[in-house]
Parts: sequence; C-alpha cells; structure tokens
Amino acid sequence: MVRACSSCKVDKAAVKRPKTGKAVCKKCFFGLFEDEVHQTIISNKLFSKGERVAIGASGGKDSTVLAYVLSLLNRRHSYGLDLFLLSVDEGISGYRDDSLAAVQRNKVEYGLPLLVVDYKRLYGWTMDQIVQVIGRKSNCTFCGVFRRQALDRGATLLKADKVATGHNADDIAETIFLNFLRGDFPRLSRCVDAVTGRGSELPRVKPFKYTYEKEIVMYAYFKQLDYFATECVYSPNAYRGHARQFLKDLEAKRPSAIVDVIHAAEQFRFPEPGNPDVAMPVQRKCERCSYISSQRLCKACILTDSLNNGTAAQVNRFSTNKFSSNE
Amino acid sequence: MTTLELQFGGGLEALFSHKKQMEVRVPDESVRTIKDLIEYIRTTLIRERHDMFISQGTLRPGILVLVNDVDWELVDAREYVLKEGDHISFISTLHGG
Repeated sequence: MVRACSSCKVDKAAVKRPKTGKAVCKKCFFGLFEDEVHQTIISNKLFSKGERVAIGASGGKDSTVLAYVLSLLNRRHSYGLDLFLLSVDEGISGYRDDSLAAVQRNKVEYGLPLLVVDYKRLYGWTMDQIVQVIGRKSNCTFCGVFRRQALDRGATLLKADKVATGHNADDIAETIFLNFLRGDFPRLSRCVDAVTGRGSELPRVKPFKYTYEKEIVMYAYFKQLDYFATECVYSPNAYRGHARQFLKDLEAKRPSAIVDVIHAAEQFRFPEPGNPDVAMPVQRKCERCSYISSQRLCKACILTDSLNNGTAAQVNRFSTNKFSSNE
Repeated sequence: MTTLELQFGGGLEALFSHKKQMEVRVPDESVRTIKDLIEYIRTTLIRERHDMFISQGTLRPGILVLVNDVDWELVDAREYVLKEGDHISFISTLHGG
C-alpha cells in the first residue's frame, strides 16, 4: 500500500524526492519543485525586473521544463521578465531537426517568441559537413565551441540581457568531476556558479542548479510536457559518459551525493587572475569577431579558419586539451 | 498469465521500435516481480542495444520506473509484486536536454 504524502498528509505519495528522501504527492511535488527553483532564482539574484531573458531551448527535457517553469514563475511572482526561446541548429540531420520540431510546439504552447540561429549561416559549415571533414573523433569540440558562441549571438539579436540554460544538478556535478579529472581549475571554479559572467554583457544563469534530473523528468512526465529525447548521432562523448555513469551509480546508493558534490565545489577557492603563482586566463575580445576571448582570436574563429584552410583534421588531433569543451 | 500495460519514454522507446505503449501478457509463475519483468523485457522484448536498459545485470541507473504513476521507490522497487492490469512506465533520464 502506498503511504500518504509527507507534506499534505492527505493524498497518496507519488514521488520519493532524491534530495530529502521524502515521499510526496503529485500536487505537493509540483509546488515544492517550483518553489525550490524560485528560491534559487531569488537567493542567487538571477534576474532583475524588466530584463529580457533568452532561454536556451533544445527541445529536450531540461530546457522544455525550464521554459514551462520560468513562464509560470514569471507570472506567479511577477518577475517582470520578457522571455524568449533561443535554439541553435547545428545542422545534424536526424537529430536536431526532430528536436527543433519540439521547440516549435513549445513556442505555440507557452506563447513564447522563438529565434533559431544556425551554424551554416554563422560559420559557413553544418556539423554534418564538419564531421565529413574531421571524422567522428572530437567533433564535440567544434560543436561545443560553436554552440556557446551561437547562443550568445542569438541572444544579442534578441537584445537579451541574460541567457538561461537548463543545466541541472546532475549536469553540474558531472561537470565538476570532469573539470577535476582534467585538472582544469579555471573551469572548476566557474562551473558551479549559478551565474557566470556576472557584470559582462551577457551573463548566463542556471535556475536548475539544485534541481535533480530525476525530478525534472518526473515533472515533465506528470505534467505531460512535450519534449524530445534522443542521443546526438555523433556524440558518444565517452569521457563525460564515464563521469555520468559514475555519478548515477553513486546516486543509486546515496541520492544526496549529487547535491553534496555541488556544495563541496562551492567551497573551492582559486587565486584571482594576475596572481603570478597561477596564471588564470585574462578575458579580452577576439580581434576578428569581437567575441569574448582569452587569446588574440576566439576559439570559434580559430576552428572556422582550420576548416576553411583544410587543417581542421590536424587541429582536431591536438585539440583535446586545449579546447576540450565548454564546461 | 498477467496482463500489463508497459510505457517507455525519454528515448527508451527507440529500443521497442519507437512504440511508447504496449500491452503484454506475461506468465505469472516466472514473472512475479518488477525484477522478473525487467529480465523478461531484456530477453523477450529487446533485440539490440541491451546496455541502454541493463547495466551489470540490473536496470541501468538513470532509468525511472513508475507503477501506476507512483515512483517505484515507494512500492518496494524491484520486489514489487505485479498485479493484473498494472501500468508500468520506464523513463530514461539519460538523454541531453
């Protein structure tokens, strides 16, 4: 027999919450889920009234639930935000075309304006064409660098003040592990922040920083939200896959592991840029496209050059450490 | 025989010719619990990519299970005893968002 909800004590419990172990009914689960996202938004000062916010929308579970919940909280708590959906079309047939169809349905259902930016127009290359040239190894490097910049460029077109992404607690814990394993401490200190680039032209915010993947999927399931789930045709991304599996195994044994990893990483402190002992990269602007960069040319321009002049396969071979990805 | 309504989501439907719902009749002497059902699905319903469903002999971590829309963790998980007409959902959380 199913026990009663530990919150309202009336209805039948439907979800065991991974963070607390509490059993709650559907209705209380929705309320707690939405309130916790609201708390993350308020306590980390993710938004200010009147801001234009571009939601990075892939058509997958996280961004679909994010678009739904942000619209809801914006109305419920009068955030006064102008919300937009922003999608990136990498040009991967059999993958992105289907997921973009899901974003188109979200646009109608949630009544949010949608902008789609694509690699072909921004860089002159689709991912399908890039993979034809460089093969399947490390193509995620190109895609990661291009996607990050494409989101920023799309957000600029929307005159957005911020970009909100659907990164959830599991994603963040996974990225903490990855950056730790790679010894990448500039990213290790950044990746756990709910806001990155605070004070820059286009900060990125993660309202789902403390939200478990399990709860996002349960929320979408109970609310019957329309999302698209498939693996990218090029993506095995083996290293991240190992970190993910490791974390999922830990979670199965002790569900609070995920949020504990995040709390641990929040305590990491690293020297400021300029400390001679540890060279943290200093941010400046790309000389060609004026995108933010730590070198003379930004990564996207370097990678586009390598595709155009036929050296991409070589760049690819030496790139694993330099341009590992965008966490 | 026990009749069950199975549902697959979050990308798992790809293992079942993209069928999200199916009705199955399982022998009640060999398929008594969800643990048995998982084994039944692995051996009789899945033809390829078993590793998307099973890991180290058990359901792959990251796949959520619901019994009549209730988190299986609240109803004995693997040891839940199946009943006629149960609706069992398997939803993967492992795909990008």
